Amino acid sequence: MVKKMSEYRADFPILNQTVNDEPLVYLDNAATAQKPRAVVQAITNYYYHDNANVHRGVHTLAERATQEFEAVRDKVAKFINAPSREEIVYTKGTTEGLNWVAASYGSTHVKAGDEIVISYLEHHSNLVPWQQLAKKTGAILKYIDLLPDGELDLTSARRQITDKTAIVSLTQASNVLGVVNPIKKIAALAHQHGAIMVVDGAQSTPHFKVDVQAMDADFYAFSGHKLMAPTGIGVLWGKSELLADMPPLEFGGEMIDWVQLQKTTFKAAPWKFEGGTQNIAGVIGLGAAIDYLSAIGMDRVQKHEQQLVNYLLPALLEIPGVTVYGPHDPAKHSGVISFNLAGLHPHDVATALDMEGVAVRAGHHCAQPLMEWLKVAATARASLYLYNNLADAQKLVEAIKATKEFFNHGTI
Amino acid sequence: MALSKLENLYRQMILDHAMHPHHYGFLKAASHKLELRNPTCGDVLNVQVILKNNKVAQVAFSGSGCTISQASASMMTDEVLGKTPQQIEKMVTTFSKMVTGNPPQNYEEILGDASVLEGVAKFPARIKCATLAWKAIYQALANDQQESTVGFMRHDQ
Repeated sequence: MVKKMSEYRADFPILNQTVNDEPLVYLDNAATAQKPRAVVQAITNYYYHDNANVHRGVHTLAERATQEFEAVRDKVAKFINAPSREEIVYTKGTTEGLNWVAASYGSTHVKAGDEIVISYLEHHSNLVPWQQLAKKTGAILKYIDLLPDGELDLTSARRQITDKTAIVSLTQASNVLGVVNPIKKIAALAHQHGAIMVVDGAQSTPHFKVDVQAMDADFYAFSGHKLMAPTGIGVLWGKSELLADMPPLEFGGEMIDWVQLQKTTFKAAPWKFEGGTQNIAGVIGLGAAIDYLSAIGMDRVQKHEQQLVNYLLPALLEIPGVTVYGPHDPAKHSGVISFNLAGLHPHDVATALDMEGVAVRAGHHCAQPLMEWLKVAATARASLYLYNNLADAQKLVEAIKATKEFFNHGTI
Repeated sequence: MALSKLENLYRQMILDHAMHPHHYGFLKAASHKLELRNPTCGDVLNVQVILKNNKVAQVAFSGSGCTISQASASMMTDEVLGKTPQQIEKMVTTFSKMVTGNPPQNYEEILGDASVLEGVAKFPARIKCATLAWKAIYQALANDQQESTVGFMRHDQ
């Protein structure tokens, strides 16, 4: 019997509390998601029953831990439709994945005069690694422009991606504007020009079905904690032939094949990238989170969030003095909604909302060039997940109205 | 309703300062200046000082930020006028202690009107907003060069 979407909320004990004497309304999911009991229990079970180091013990616990650790690779591969489990590299998160592509693939394939193309939408973790790579190699970092509503400008993409382009790296879903990029189209463009396509999946993997083959990406990175796994675990997927060719970045235990006094050979991918003892409990938690999401079905998760956006976006736009960034058409807007209130700094707004029990993010969202593009210093941001409901969205709308009232009338 | 708690933070005097900040702008012949950024939120604050006979003769600030950071900057400029760098150092330390919930006994005497920001202590997420201007003037006075420099907020500040 399939559970109703409204029933999943009960799996998250953290949501059942009051904050500042008000029921908690957690709308900071783009920063990190809450963890269902199933994930916490999987980690507890691992520590209570199976804890051992992986890949190197002959004893039973080591074997059990290794099996669980490696089984998650299969789950991840299936979850993002990767053709092979050996293309799944464990990382500590999206940032590390993108940094590895820049530092390992980038420094061996990018030369002076080459172009690296990203967009104005990018999170700093899909911007700074490329900036550093460009600086180190003498490559040129170029930006794809956005349309006035924040969608990627495909004309600009066609102009920016040229035969000199070595790497195109884009986010699949914006952590600020709620837009979802047409990765398949951009990947086709990149490949026409002999470039590779790198995708930042931090904001997309938790919210809708991801298929790395269908989008024809070359690398895809995402974080566990945004899809209800613990912090400190993430995945870098890469095409086998590209991973095979990449030098490891961390040398030491576990990643080696044979060590002699003056030379060492390494294991094959993905293990050559996983030097040192890995975040084993994190991997187990990631497996449990993927099981949890798969049991619900990503299509249902997406549909649920879209229904909330269909209510929330127009409701916010109706409040006088509220500016919503990104597309105003709910069909083009995922569950990340950035906004400002006229005459109020988003930090003041976020503090006021917190007093009403509503947790939102305020700031530049690690996207300072995008803030500059929007011509704002910062925004407030509400972001949804599968356990949010209509009451949460309504409470946000009410709390914003109350905040406006408070600051407009100086009730002090 | 829960918003009533906000009144401890957003006192009328704070709202007034934020709305109509004192000493907002630039000084032509600043003897000390500094730009300080709050990396958490991206706020940027410029502080400029003219020091005469080892006392602050003129002070100005500019930048954009939230109500707390703007009000705090405005109040800071009121309070540091006529003070020596040594006195200001003591004010900055006192201010830091006040907004982190450990005010020394005579904090109101040392900080004057700026002690109205003591409510920030109940809002830990906003401590950095309140301290930005005070760190800026402290670093500006410690900076002997005439050139404007960029200071740094540390994560533990």
